[in-house]
Amino acid sequence: MDINLTLIGQTIAMIVFVWFCMKFIWPPILAALEERQKEIEEGLAAADLSQEKLVEAEAKADGIVDEARKQATGILDQAHARANEIVAEGKTDGVKERERQLMAAKAEIEQESNRAREELRGQVSAIAIASAEKILNREIDGKTHEDILGKLAQEL
Amino acid sequence: MAAEGGHGAATSSDYIAHHLQNLQVCKAEAGEWVWNQCAGNPMAINVDSMFWSVLLGLVFVVLFRGVAKKTSVGKPSKFQALVEIIVEFVDSSVKDTFHGSSRLIAPLGLTIFVWVFLMNLMDLVPVDWIPLFSEKVLNIPYMKVVPTTDVNVTFGMSIAVFFLIIFYTIKNKGVTGFIGELTLHPIAPPTRGLGLIASPFIIAFNFILESVALLAKPVSLSLRLFGNMFAGELIFILIALLGIYQLPLHFGWAVFHILIVTLQAFIFMMLTIVYLSLASEKH
Repeated sequence: MDINLTLIGQTIAMIVFVWFCMKFIWPPILAALEERQKEIEEGLAAADLSQEKLVEAEAKADGIVDEARKQATGILDQAHARANEIVAEGKTDGVKERERQLMAAKAEIEQESNRAREELRGQVSAIAIASAEKILNREIDGKTHEDILGKLAQEL
Repeated sequence: MAAEGGHGAATSSDYIAHHLQNLQVCKAEAGEWVWNQCAGNPMAINVDSMFWSVLLGLVFVVLFRGVAKKTSVGKPSKFQALVEIIVEFVDSSVKDTFHGSSRLIAPLGLTIFVWVFLMNLMDLVPVDWIPLFSEKVLNIPYMKVVPTTDVNVTFGMSIAVFFLIIFYTIKNKGVTGFIGELTLHPIAPPTRGLGLIASPFIIAFNFILESVALLAKPVSLSLRLFGNMFAGELIFILIALLGIYQLPLHFGWAVFHILIVTLQAFIFMMLTIVYLSLASEKH
């Protein structure tokens, strides 16, 4: 337990070890620790940022979907309206066409009947004249009585 | 393995004395180097203390340098994680206490902590293993394996700390500041009037007081560590004398000693940091 040279030896050993630690051990380990701290900090910040961006993007996407939905319902409404319009148009066209054709048919019928009547009248008057000629023969001068015969034919 | 071990030791006191004897070498008066006849010779060297302390210092340096050489930021190995825990622990202890910037104090704290811890840890090796091995196999009669049970080792470290205290005081406060710290506290000497006559006495009083306080720092630092480890080692030796009953006792004391080993290493480091931060702070 005497104090001897060991004391100096131990002091020298300590100085050497502390110097070595200061030079070659402490700086690299602490640098690694600090770098890791920095990396974790940056990672957390990046995570926060991306979280914010995600929320933003989600809001944007929602907006786009809403807009699209609105447009789609608009287009659908328009299409419905257009279809109704087309149907209505078709209906009025049909009615008009029918009436037109009806009118045409009616006009044709009238025309035909008129023509037939004219023909008939002509024939009847011819028959009447012929029959009257036959009945009266010489007594009646065709020329003098022509106006009477004409009137008759008209009344028929 | 108990009482019959040792250098032909017959009695318990011989056994204890043998275990507490350092392996010494010194130059005898005749001029040649002699082993183990150096009692009271101040030029002797405790070879076993030096060997184990340097060996354990090398263990620290090699292990930590190995980690420092291939530190990985992204994927640390398990041992790197352990080293980083220790480094961060020392770093936060230093940052809590020492408010200046110094490239020396944190590595100093780390070296002291790990080195003293490893030296203390040798106490947990059963007391007879290494001495018996060295005696029977290597023919070395004495082998004290716990360097911190040698007062030279603890004093050697505390003296380095003592010089660092003086260096930091002078560096931060100047030579006048250092002298002022030794002479102008705790009682400020009067600088004018009749009180001036009393000033030399007050300065002398302050100087005695402050010198004792300054010298007490390394002395208490080293004696605390030495006392704790020496007492722990002595109790291990006493337990080893008990024969077969030593096993549970030895286990119990070893478990308790794990605490002391770590605590003493921590206290040595912490007090070193505190002393150095006191030396660099202005009052």
